[in-house]
Amino acid sequence: MKFARMNLHIKNGRLVDPANGVDQVADLFIADGKVAAVGTAPDGFRADTSIDASGMVVAPGLVDLSARLREPGYEYKATLESEMQAAIQGGVTSLVCPPDTDPVLDEPGLVEMLKHRARNLDQANVHPLGALTMGLKGQALTEMAELTEAGCIGFAQAEVPILDTNVLLRALQYAKTFGYTVWLRPQDAHIGRGGVAHSGPLASRLGLSGVPVMAETIALHTIFELVRSTGARVHLCRISSAAGIELVRAAKAEGLPVTCDVGVHHLHMTDADIGFFDSNARLTPPLRTQRDRDAIRAALVDGTVDAICSDHTPVDDDEKLLPFAEASPGATGLELLLSLTLKWAEELHGDAALLRALAKITSQAARTAGLAAGQLGVGAVADVVVFDPGARWTVDGAALASQGKHTPFLGFEVSGQVRATVVGGRVAYQR
Amino acid sequence: MPKLHNHPQLDRNGELQHLLTIEGLPKSIIHHILDTAQSFVGISDREVKKVPLMRGKSVFNLFFENSTRTRTTFEIASKRLSADVINLNIQASSTSKGESLLDTIDNLAAMHADMFVVRHAQSGAPYLIAQHLNRTGQKDIHVVNAGDGRHAHPTQGLLDMYTIRHYKQDFTKLRVAIVGDILHSRVARSDIHALTTLGVPEVRAIGPQTLLPGGLEHMGVRVFNNIEEGLKDVDVIITLRLQNERMSGALLPSAQEYFKSYGLTPERLALAKPDAIVMHPGPMNRGVEIDSAVADGKQAVILPQVTFGIAVRMAVMSILAGGRA
Repeated sequence: MKFARMNLHIKNGRLVDPANGVDQVADLFIADGKVAAVGTAPDGFRADTSIDASGMVVAPGLVDLSARLREPGYEYKATLESEMQAAIQGGVTSLVCPPDTDPVLDEPGLVEMLKHRARNLDQANVHPLGALTMGLKGQALTEMAELTEAGCIGFAQAEVPILDTNVLLRALQYAKTFGYTVWLRPQDAHIGRGGVAHSGPLASRLGLSGVPVMAETIALHTIFELVRSTGARVHLCRISSAAGIELVRAAKAEGLPVTCDVGVHHLHMTDADIGFFDSNARLTPPLRTQRDRDAIRAALVDGTVDAICSDHTPVDDDEKLLPFAEASPGATGLELLLSLTLKWAEELHGDAALLRALAKITSQAARTAGLAAGQLGVGAVADVVVFDPGARWTVDGAALASQGKHTPFLGFEVSGQVRATVVGGRVAYQR
Repeated sequence: MPKLHNHPQLDRNGELQHLLTIEGLPKSIIHHILDTAQSFVGISDREVKKVPLMRGKSVFNLFFENSTRTRTTFEIASKRLSADVINLNIQASSTSKGESLLDTIDNLAAMHADMFVVRHAQSGAPYLIAQHLNRTGQKDIHVVNAGDGRHAHPTQGLLDMYTIRHYKQDFTKLRVAIVGDILHSRVARSDIHALTTLGVPEVRAIGPQTLLPGGLEHMGVRVFNNIEEGLKDVDVIITLRLQNERMSGALLPSAQEYFKSYGLTPERLALAKPDAIVMHPGPMNRGVEIDSAVADGKQAVILPQVTFGIAVRMAVMSILAGGRA
């Protein structure tokens, strides 16, 4: 432990803890890195530090199911230091990172190094996904048991679909043997290859190659058939279409062991936001139509979608200031996840809106990833975010801690500003 | 979240600052360009084929993708306006040394360019350049899109409109058919936007499903897979070039089969109105998309298109440069 864990008292805040159904003004008492009590101080509790959270929301630290930290290999785009700072400034205390680094996270040594570097920074908890196949090439399986021992919480192909369905079948069988979860973004290897925008009127008008919805649904059909046969647990990453959502809904109703998340951009934006070739809106999967966006929102409410992720992908200027199709896909997101989720919450009606919205980036996200995080019951690890729900701010690339300055939300006014982030009982960030 | 996108080709007063696309261009601006072009048509017949409207101005032809024909017509148009023309074949120079597109632009801007005529293989590249110039306060440099990817070829669209207006006068009574590879065609997209803006009541797209982009109906187009049905009673036929690389593969089995199914033959032309005109943006593949008998026939206006193209490009450049005709 690099820092002594102090007794921390967060007082007068509105405690919103979705896992425990709590939404009330209550003090939070933290000792030894854990939640010691809620409401009244435990006997003999003496606070070393206190945070006055009057008018603030006190919630579990956010759990982000997809954040690219770009280490190792892409340090010119972002470093662990910059992105971990972005995480805590965004209230994110646990994050899952995909294996598409350079080299790919397919060897235990690389995972140990990443975990070690992250631990030394002592900020957010980093949970890597190991590569499902060596080099993400879709041919040979990785040493999943070794990688799990090194700290991987699941296995993924990132953005590289497996060409050979037989390899995917074997990978799922093998993962099922040991009880590992396989994280897949459903994307056909051929249909939509080279596509840069949703196949539809906008892409046709702008003369951009399209990624049709069937690129997602064909892959989902294949995955569900393999899950039926193997019983492997699969987490589906960043579903983008109404038709895809419908297939996930049916698969869940059938009882298949699947969960899914959506990227926060797809909750608010559509392909129309590409406007006149705005490369900040070049995302993978692509932004789709209003119908798709509405289906994603409805699926979050009815539970078909388990979690919202930031899909944080830092891209530097040189790779964004290019003609649309040549620009690298992705947007910065760690510092926007909270505000953009709150924006969705504003549009949800009913008293429990905040509770339900925060669940998608705390308790439900943690459960989906199998992490003991995302809740503030007594005895839980004290990962906490304190934020001012009413504070308005304008998204400005230069003001972001992340090295990724590109997002389609640049210039938007959003609300919800993080005042303090506590990781394992330590105040890691305060403003 | 609704986001307002200001079109980068119009300035605050709604005047043309760059010509990037015909989409969203007001009808009045299109007619102004066509009228201006009309006043230039005669210049090419004079003994001294020059007007001094752009004297002292530097036009940079930035061709990131090869094109002899379009580059030449822009060069001639610039010279007839008395501008200085610099041709840059950028494929072969800086970008292959790793210089970024916008670095190239900044360098040329520093040489006091007044206008960039841009051809690029990527849809939207001229927008990137125009937005960069707008953002960096170099609003006095104008960008003309000379063809970007599959997106737009606005001067070709305008010269096609000039040609149609010349032969047919009133747009509001016409049936126009565009035949061929619409999926990959920037010309088709520019023509469609121009035709619908100018009030053509029926724009048809004819081709096999593999060469038609999805969502054409949203652009106000009626789609036909059968050429015989599609050509019936049309006033204008725009035949598109079929690129060599599309002639065999997953989109089409062969050039021969394409000609058999979609080639414009005299028999098929006879299905159109007797006074229908036949257009082609060039260069033609005789025996693939068009039969020689049609290409050389009475109804073909393919060479006048080329002549009008110079006047239209002169009009666009002089309007952008502020020299009202």
